[in-house]
Amino acid sequence: MGAFVDLMRRSRPARVGALIAPAMLIIGIFMVLPLGLMAYVSILERGINGGVQWGVHTVEAYVAFLFEENLLGELSVNPDYIRIFARSFILSFVTMAICLTIGFPAAFYMALQPEKYRNLLIFLVTIPFWTNLLVRNYAWILMLRSNGLLNEALLGLGLIEEPIELLYTNVAITIGLVYSFLPFMVLPIYASLEKLDLRLVEAAFDLGANKRRAFLRVVVPLAMPGIAAGCILVFIPSLGAFVTPELLGGSKSMMIGNLIQSQFGAARNWPLGAALAFALLAIVLLAMMVYLMRFRRPPSAG
Amino acid sequence: MRDGSVAAIDVRNLTKVFGSGSQEVRALEDVSLAIARNEFFTLLGPSGCGKTTLLRLIAGFEQPSAGQILLEGYDIVRLPPFKRPVNTVFQSYALFPHMTVAQNIGFGLEMQGWDKPRIATRVGEMLELVQMGSLGDRRPTQLSGGQQQRVALARALANQPKVLLLDEPLSALDFKLRKEMQIELKRLQRETGITFVFVTHDQEEALTMSDRVAVMSDGEVQQAGSPEQIYERPVNRFVADFIGETNFLQAEVESEGERYRLPGGAVLSGQDPHRHAAGERVTLALRPERVELEAAGAEGLTGAVERIVYFGTDTLYFVAIAGADLDAPFQARVQNRDGSKAQFSVGERVGIRVAPDAVQVLVD
Amino acid sequence: MMAKRTRNPLWRFTGVPQGAAFFFAYLYLPIFVLIFFSFNENRQATIWTGFSLDWYGEVLRNDDILAAAGNSLIVATTATLIATFAALVAALGMARSRFRGQDAVNAVIAFPLIIPEIVTAVATLLFFVIVGIQLGLTTVIIAHTVFCIPFAYLPIRARLEGMDKAIPEAAADLYANEVQTFRRITLPLLWPGILSGAMLSFIISLDTFTITYFVAGPGATTLPVYIFGMIRIGITPEVNAISALMLVVSILFVSLSFAVGRMRR
Ligand SMILES: Nc1ncnc2c1ncn2[C@@H]1O[C@H](COP(=O)(O)OP(=O)(O)OP(=O)(O)O)[C@@H](O)[C@H]1O
Ligand SMILES: [Mg+2]
Repeated sequence: MGAFVDLMRRSRPARVGALIAPAMLIIGIFMVLPLGLMAYVSILERGINGGVQWGVHTVEAYVAFLFEENLLGELSVNPDYIRIFARSFILSFVTMAICLTIGFPAAFYMALQPEKYRNLLIFLVTIPFWTNLLVRNYAWILMLRSNGLLNEALLGLGLIEEPIELLYTNVAITIGLVYSFLPFMVLPIYASLEKLDLRLVEAAFDLGANKRRAFLRVVVPLAMPGIAAGCILVFIPSLGAFVTPELLGGSKSMMIGNLIQSQFGAARNWPLGAALAFALLAIVLLAMMVYLMRFRRPPSAG
Repeated sequence: MRDGSVAAIDVRNLTKVFGSGSQEVRALEDVSLAIARNEFFTLLGPSGCGKTTLLRLIAGFEQPSAGQILLEGYDIVRLPPFKRPVNTVFQSYALFPHMTVAQNIGFGLEMQGWDKPRIATRVGEMLELVQMGSLGDRRPTQLSGGQQQRVALARALANQPKVLLLDEPLSALDFKLRKEMQIELKRLQRETGITFVFVTHDQEEALTMSDRVAVMSDGEVQQAGSPEQIYERPVNRFVADFIGETNFLQAEVESEGERYRLPGGAVLSGQDPHRHAAGERVTLALRPERVELEAAGAEGLTGAVERIVYFGTDTLYFVAIAGADLDAPFQARVQNRDGSKAQFSVGERVGIRVAPDAVQVLVD
Repeated sequence: MMAKRTRNPLWRFTGVPQGAAFFFAYLYLPIFVLIFFSFNENRQATIWTGFSLDWYGEVLRNDDILAAAGNSLIVATTATLIATFAALVAALGMARSRFRGQDAVNAVIAFPLIIPEIVTAVATLLFFVIVGIQLGLTTVIIAHTVFCIPFAYLPIRARLEGMDKAIPEAAADLYANEVQTFRRITLPLLWPGILSGAMLSFIISLDTFTITYFVAGPGATTLPVYIFGMIRIGITPEVNAISALMLVVSILFVSLSFAVGRMRR
């Protein structure tokens, strides 16, 4: 013990190591290690009653993603999973686009406010992030169902004759995803606009640009890092969404998250679930890497 | 080391290297210094020359790469900062924001195990000493910059350290407050009799406040001495250039330690601590205020007035000296004793009369 | 200067204020609707018939909900304590020293934020099952602890970064040894950051659903998992009431956490 204390006092690396060890060990053992294990499980043979067969390696899970085997043992392309992946990508992309459309004006507005209001506005933007995702998505059930607020409003305005089916559709999922991840778009754009020197915009006016041009030629390009960060921060969690499609989507609008979950529930196909999760992880990390390489390097290198 | 007693601080061959490989920074290079007891000693030098590093080594916040630091004769290098009888006044003051002024001042005493009544008495005395008598219960954030400065001083002095280290303590203050605090610091140093090691890059501050000054550059001490020695007898071009304004003249030694011939033919007599031999080429330093201008004669240093800058108390003449190989025009600063009327006009030929003893021979 | 700019017509871009208004309405309308309907007396939970606190009463009398809330509190408290401790010591280790691999350490701490929750959930579940740890409250606590570490770490780190580096040096200069410096200076100054981080961890743990859903064994149902089950069965006023309660608790907590984090001592 005395020797330990002495070591801590004398050696800076030893001290730093001891201090960061708990966090590193917790995350290492209960997150990094499980991710590795998951990758391994994805190449194991599926167990008869769920679970896996240890030591029996196969790429079946990855094959099963693309092909299905009929009773005669012939492989044919299975469009089901591909369709779910495609739907996830499309919905995430649409979500990202809508978030950008709604989020940019909001961020720009916030950046133009006096300092004392700005902090309050940021706080208002962040609050939903800290509230329960499940509950927030549940709130949209109340909004979207046939006698919900949205239908009532549309009926009241005379825009529709009878309630439209919103709930359990791709539209509902998109609305829910936008709602879930919108703050992630606004905050980074705001951060880059807030740093923006407004005299640059004045310079654009001074050089004869009208507002539209000043906006498109000066404000938007300078906010580009924020826009990129926002897009990635919305796209990634949308792609892995589970709660929103589970609550607001129907059985015909599954996303990757639900597909993965079902492999651990009803389908009892762990290797496939692990493979799907691993594929999702790979896509996410790839997107992150592309983003980091494109936007975090000095411009000269890119 | 004056009066033969042991020095308060004796730094021997101190070297400090930060980083390694391509990122290596040699912040201090073989520095040796002796600082006497009760001395107001100033480290002066341009940014990055290693002043802060030297103070931090003495305080114990950094470990030297090589060399010794003796405090009253004892090597303190192996002691952690909290065991060194040395205290620091930080540039940012570093007052503890969660404690009152009185708690800040008493912190060091508390850590040394003083009992509460004694701490209270000493804190009271210190508050008086820095003229903050009634503010003991305030938080540091409720004080002005000058007041925070005084608390930082009181907090350090309360421990009656053998040496007080001050790293640019006045740099955050505005001009007027700064002048006030300069006087205040001198008074505190006299009253407490504590050795002060003071860092600044303001040469005027260094010259007016210090008993002795060490001029540093690139991690080395260029010259240490009294303000007069530093100003009047700079040993090298860096010191002469860094402190005040100086004319540099190239010359050839005509006779060792006495006479120096300029390219134009004029001959100046000067001091040479380095005893350059006859025939050697040397640089002479000559302060602008140590010369007088007169109507051009046949002999001596002469030139043509190029430009005149009026300063109120004095006037600066820029003079082109024929034949002299100068980087910049020769400057002569003439006091305006008889009002503002310029004595010479641009283009006029003038003679430059050099006061005896004004010329200093430098090593480059 | 900014204030002047907002009043300057030059800075009024068409559609920007309207866009912002829409954004904030979109953000808060569902929350208000949910809270509003939680006070509806009608069993149908769809048409407003009158004000009532009955459903809150129902919720508080429902033993299953109370048990789930109890589980949530146990998990959140334990995970917060462990995560905050780990985050605090890690932040202390990362401050004041520069070493190679520091970026890597930061990346590992941020891991739980980057990786999609569903992936983490799957990986964690597989790990527990394969290693042979019985699913239950313990597994939930472990999973939550991992997830909470970055949320506890960030405010503490920010507080440390904002601290004058000379402050601990001043303490050492004034004869405080390492332990005294930590107890008397560093810890009190860090306290708002620690509190803020702990509160954020606590909310995150209370709210996390997906991971909990995967790794909670029988008897370890937390409030979000229970609510999920209720929603699956049908929309009832009780769901509205408990959901509204959760929202309000989270909002109160996060407001408090931000207030504490900004505290200047
Ligand atoms: N911790 C450190 N790591 C690496 N280099 C350092 C460190 N501290 C100081 N240096 C370098 O050492 C040199 C001397 O720095 P120091 O702070 O002592 O200068 P200074 O004379 O106090 O300057 P200033 O007047 O700007 O305060 C500089 O080049 C500085 O960059
Ligand atoms: Mg310095």
